[in-house]
Amino acid sequence: MSFPSLQKMSLARREALAGYAFVVPWIIGFLIFTIGPMLASLYFSFTKYNIVDPPQWIGLANYEKAFSGIWDAIRTGDPRQFKDPLFWKSLQVTIYYASIALPLNLALSFFLAVLLNQKMRGINIWRTIYFLPSIIAGVAVTILWVRILNPRVGVLNPFLKDVLGVQNPPGWLSDPEWAVPALVLMGLWSVGGSMIIYLAGLQGVPTDLYDAAKVDGANAWQRFWNVTFPMMTPVLFYNLVLGMIATFQYFTQVYVATSNSLGGLGSPQHSTLFYNVYLYQNAFRYFDMGYASTLAWILFIIVLILTALIFRSSDAWVYYEGQLKGRG
Amino acid sequence: MRKALGFLSSFRSTSGSDFLLKGITTLILASGSILILIPFLYMVSTSLKDPAQIRSDSTSLLPRKPETVDVNGTLEPLYRVTIDGQVREYALIKNIPGGLGQFVDPARPDVIHELRIRDQKQLYRWDVHWENYPEAINAMPFWRYLGNTLIVTFVGMAGMLFSCSLVAYGFSRFRARWLNLLFLLLLSTIMLPSQVRLLPMYILFQRLGWVDTLLPLIVPQFFANAYDVFLLRQFFMTIPLELDDAAKIDGANPLQILLYIILPQARPALVSVGIFHFLYAWNDFYEPLIFLHTSENWTLAVGLQTFDAIYTINTHLIMAVSVLMIVPPILLFFFSQRIFTQGVVFTGIKG
Repeated sequence: MSFPSLQKMSLARREALAGYAFVVPWIIGFLIFTIGPMLASLYFSFTKYNIVDPPQWIGLANYEKAFSGIWDAIRTGDPRQFKDPLFWKSLQVTIYYASIALPLNLALSFFLAVLLNQKMRGINIWRTIYFLPSIIAGVAVTILWVRILNPRVGVLNPFLKDVLGVQNPPGWLSDPEWAVPALVLMGLWSVGGSMIIYLAGLQGVPTDLYDAAKVDGANAWQRFWNVTFPMMTPVLFYNLVLGMIATFQYFTQVYVATSNSLGGLGSPQHSTLFYNVYLYQNAFRYFDMGYASTLAWILFIIVLILTALIFRSSDAWVYYEGQLKGRG
Repeated sequence: MRKALGFLSSFRSTSGSDFLLKGITTLILASGSILILIPFLYMVSTSLKDPAQIRSDSTSLLPRKPETVDVNGTLEPLYRVTIDGQVREYALIKNIPGGLGQFVDPARPDVIHELRIRDQKQLYRWDVHWENYPEAINAMPFWRYLGNTLIVTFVGMAGMLFSCSLVAYGFSRFRARWLNLLFLLLLSTIMLPSQVRLLPMYILFQRLGWVDTLLPLIVPQFFANAYDVFLLRQFFMTIPLELDDAAKIDGANPLQILLYIILPQARPALVSVGIFHFLYAWNDFYEPLIFLHTSENWTLAVGLQTFDAIYTINTHLIMAVSVLMIVPPILLFFFSQRIFTQGVVFTGIKG
């Protein structure tokens, strides 16, 4: 392969050109499937658009629909003051889920990772068992859990009643109070996904830090608290923020668990109306692409803020590790 | 417990309490893994149960049915009863109000014993219904869904491996002014929530006439994605440049270097992203739900969800399809476990 024009070019230019040529597939994809659609959805967020008729510019009306009434609602404490109470409900459900699920998830997966980081016989079998649920996450698993949690024919409530002596076991997904905790429980079963990330992090902690701590006379607990834990804080925070972003995109479990139920998607009483579920409803049930695009952009801005937090925290981490190394 | 945790975190603990500690760890891990495995067991056993058992004996983790015995021409349930301190196998022939029952010895059905039913142990025998599987497969267009899922998964995987290899090679082996900036841009798309581009993509695919075909799930894979490019690039960077140089001296062009030097060296990384892609595409529900409308175009995930809606009362059939759906990822995981966990450790992101 030799083109006369290429021959004349300098070596550096030829290298640059080849580099660009190899990344062209991604550049095309980025234009067609990322930046183009992003700009289009930004535009749609200022329009009334039902796919069939051409989009109609309505300025900030969609954003106004989402946010107006906020002051009255705060002042009176009455959610009916919101122009779109379901938008706020979906934010509330999402944050409520995140506030229970994420701390539990982080603590449990970290604890398991510490246990599974031991050198002992058969450790790989344990790791496999704990990791297993996270590779099959999705429809089949949700269907399974819906059956297990079913208050009439499921296996969990008889167990709670007969073995643990719980008098009135909850109605789980059929009870507005317990629907989100039920989803949390389902999520905890698949905790292995974040556990494996901690495990990777734990194996990356340099052993000379432990040696140094031992020389300084630190006992096991002090070594954990002063070496392992600080070294793991960036991974903790990373998992926390990524978990938060994932919660804003939470969808499959709710769809599978509730779309076939009597109350429909997000039931009972909107108690599982997650942000992404509400977005889906607006886009593909009501075909209100304009408002759905607005919701998508609000979601994007929330994610941007969370991402900015990651970057800020990573500064703190680099500094902290340097400190530790300096001491050792 | 606090002290225990501390010990666990030190890798080469040689203290005397080491043995005790490993015992405690094993105990915790074992009880936790029971909680992990019971739902799997429930899924498999329910898929093998008789529907009658699911209604009457739903909490049993084993596919079974009551043991019966012929008493005067009718089949009666068999119990292990205790009479005068002796254990015998008697049939329950009649329920009496107040939780009592009439029990008889099948050999001598004329002598009736009245006993409290709750105190006697009902006998069961194995009752495994393998035919639930063919029945479930025939109750839905299973092979059609499987075919669609395999097309989406493997054609998509080919497109992903092809495009991501090219792009990762471009980002790992060439110096150019804008390449670093482009790479940062690529990385930033990892955080981008797909919702922000999904609706216009839906509209675009609709204009192209691609909605309700498999194309929206496959074609974008041919244009690389940030996760896999990142993982492959990181791996390509570890391959010594001397190999490239030697090939260059022999007159190889960049494409030949990629094909004959880089890709053979990067086989573990390619397998790793391939597995990740399989799991992602196999389990994905959101995009197939949005893009596929008519039943014959569905993937297994969407098909199973709808099957669950239509056949709600046939739990045994739904569980049979669910088992079939989780078997391939589990098999793949077991056969590639080493590469798989390496891949997770390598990226620390996806998984």
